[in-house]
Amino acid sequence: MYGKKVKIRAFFIILVFTSAILITFLVINSLKENVVFFKSPTDINNLNQIESKKIRVGGMVKKNSIEIENKNLKFVITDFKNEIIVTFSGAVPNLFEEGKGVVAEGYLEDRKYLKAEKILAKHDENYMPPEVKEAMQGN
Amino acid sequence: MINQIGAYSLYICLFVSVYLILKSYISSKNFDKKIDQTFFATLSVQLFMTILSFFTLVFAFVFSDFSNITVFNNSHTLKPLFYKISGTWGNHEGSLLLWLLVLTFFLFIFFVTSKKMNVRYRILTILFQEIIILGFLLFILFTSNPFLNIFPIPNEGLGLNPILQDPALAIHPPLLYVGYVGTSIIFSASLAALITKTVDNVWASHIKNWILISWIFLSVGILLGSIWAYYELGWGGFWFWDPVENVSLMPWFCLTALLHSIIVLKNRNVFHSWTVILSITTFSLSMSGTFLVRSGILNSIHTFANDPSRGVFILTFLLFLVLLAVFIFFFNQKNFPDTYQRSFLVSRETSILINNWFMMFFLSVVLVGTAYPIFLEVINDAKISVGPPFYHKLIVPFLIPFLFFMALGPNIKWIKNKIKKLNTSQIIFLILSFVISFFIVLNTNTNYLFSTLLFTFSFYLFFNVINSFQKKNSNLSQKVSHLGFSIFMLSILFNGILSKENSANMKVGDEINFLNKKLIFENVKVESDSNFKKLVGEFKLNDNGKIIHFKPEIRVYSQPETITSEADISSTLFSDNFLVFSLIKNDGFFNVRYQHKPLMIWIWISVLLMSLGGVFSFFKLNEK
Repeated sequence: MYGKKVKIRAFFIILVFTSAILITFLVINSLKENVVFFKSPTDINNLNQIESKKIRVGGMVKKNSIEIENKNLKFVITDFKNEIIVTFSGAVPNLFEEGKGVVAEGYLEDRKYLKAEKILAKHDENYMPPEVKEAMQGN
Repeated sequence: MINQIGAYSLYICLFVSVYLILKSYISSKNFDKKIDQTFFATLSVQLFMTILSFFTLVFAFVFSDFSNITVFNNSHTLKPLFYKISGTWGNHEGSLLLWLLVLTFFLFIFFVTSKKMNVRYRILTILFQEIIILGFLLFILFTSNPFLNIFPIPNEGLGLNPILQDPALAIHPPLLYVGYVGTSIIFSASLAALITKTVDNVWASHIKNWILISWIFLSVGILLGSIWAYYELGWGGFWFWDPVENVSLMPWFCLTALLHSIIVLKNRNVFHSWTVILSITTFSLSMSGTFLVRSGILNSIHTFANDPSRGVFILTFLLFLVLLAVFIFFFNQKNFPDTYQRSFLVSRETSILINNWFMMFFLSVVLVGTAYPIFLEVINDAKISVGPPFYHKLIVPFLIPFLFFMALGPNIKWIKNKIKKLNTSQIIFLILSFVISFFIVLNTNTNYLFSTLLFTFSFYLFFNVINSFQKKNSNLSQKVSHLGFSIFMLSILFNGILSKENSANMKVGDEINFLNKKLIFENVKVESDSNFKKLVGEFKLNDNGKIIHFKPEIRVYSQPETITSEADISSTLFSDNFLVFSLIKNDGFFNVRYQHKPLMIWIWISVLLMSLGGVFSFFKLNEK
């Protein structure tokens, strides 16, 4: 009834559409699970409930708050309004210092306590994560 | 004074560019058989002026001419000469000038090497390329002029971010830019070929060289950036899915797809529209890469510049180019020959189409992961980041069929291939790969279905490629590149399942035990270098009787004041031992990170092999 050309073309279009739908579904699904939200200590303080998802907390490392043991590191992230205690065992970047910007990624134990898996700091000595800058300007 | 030379040459370029746009537009309407010699002359003038302007800036950097704001902001008299020179493109203004230099240089080379091609096609390529050049010239002159003066003249400059003072990173931007900018010629030439109705196999073999050049430089450029991140950032990995890394990976996927589809166009004269779409997309991605890095939109370790007006300009210009391209495409794509009658399901064409689809899938994943955070922030002000798990989850499973098709594809003939009885050697390869993979995964306690399958198909590809080396009919460049990719996959997989690491906070004299190894922190010394001071740690690792000494450094630069860590890596063909330390606060504790990375060096070697395949193809080593 239809020529070969039409058949191939129809087959092709169907293939493209199904794969496009499949991919969109996969991508959205995967995004939902793997997105990490960024919060300031104040945002966390205002949370209604503590989620078990991984989050990032950004702010400044509070002066004189770093405590070092052999395996662990404990410090306080502050946005000068609220604070959160962070514990971490692992490698810290070069620019991790008291009084400088920091981003800690990990899981919340409660509103005042974060178990970090990763500590991020940035290249530039003047660098302040944009989120932190904004959070601090807001205060 | 010397600043003026640089600035004036840019204005002359601008003038030439406007002239060339008008000239090429007029001559594309009523052209002769012979091309007008004024093209050669004007293009030479433009190239000369760009070179002059670029070297004026290099000169200003070398002699620390702080009357120039760009030099003042990014250089310092005490910097080693090499980094003074590389400082030229280590900043926004200079890097754009480099873009411009490569743009004009490539156009000139294109003009000189395309003499056999249709005259109107050459003129139209000049037209489109000059539009791009004009856009960049306006951008440079009005938003990021590298030749602005400062008065009174400062005595000392502010210095280059010390983290960029590194040999790999000094040559990383030029290589990457050659790759990015090479795609501009592909873009202009595709549009020109569309209008002149010459998108065919002659055009394909002509433009293939440009695709190869871009692809080779982009690959090596990404490789260098990755090596740098490995030893300089102290994270010990080679890819972090950082937005700026992604931005260079996206054009790479597209270019790789294009590299394959152009071969089909060349050999079989099909895939016209697809190839042109890929050409346009590749360039758009390269441009948006520049836009994203330079606008400061990306929240990333690479965020260098923060100037919204620059971002808006590039975005508007990009939008204009894309609309122009889409417009031209829709008005001309009807001219393509109908190729359905000549396509068969089981053929080399289909296998390359499958490759292209996978590339597009990988590209979309990376695009979504990179753009979604920006999108979400604009929509509802939420700040998110998309981490490695997202990419791994979406890309890794699809590598399994990808590797399978990649192993089979090159064995299939062009046009039509009869499916014969199952090939015994293929079955042997598959079983052998599975058995090997099974035992590898078994021994490493990563009891994970994916690992076994990934290993299986990586080995399967590897055996297939090795086997193809004894066949005469297939081509050398493809074999070398595919061999590179199979080694790349295998080394990443081994690296992934066998890597070990341990980090601890140590004082001098401390000793820690882990995984049958003993790490001793012996000493720390203070030394001085030309423009930094350094703390050199002395560590001894006892790995079951095998002793490795490490001397990682913490460098303290004074201009600008920055601390960087230099990891000490002892590399062998089998594994890397990586040690980096950093100072947390001044109480004697150092944060020490040790990593054992198997087959790390093979990741670099394999990417070089892939690029080498491209080089072979460029020099037509397989057409003997």
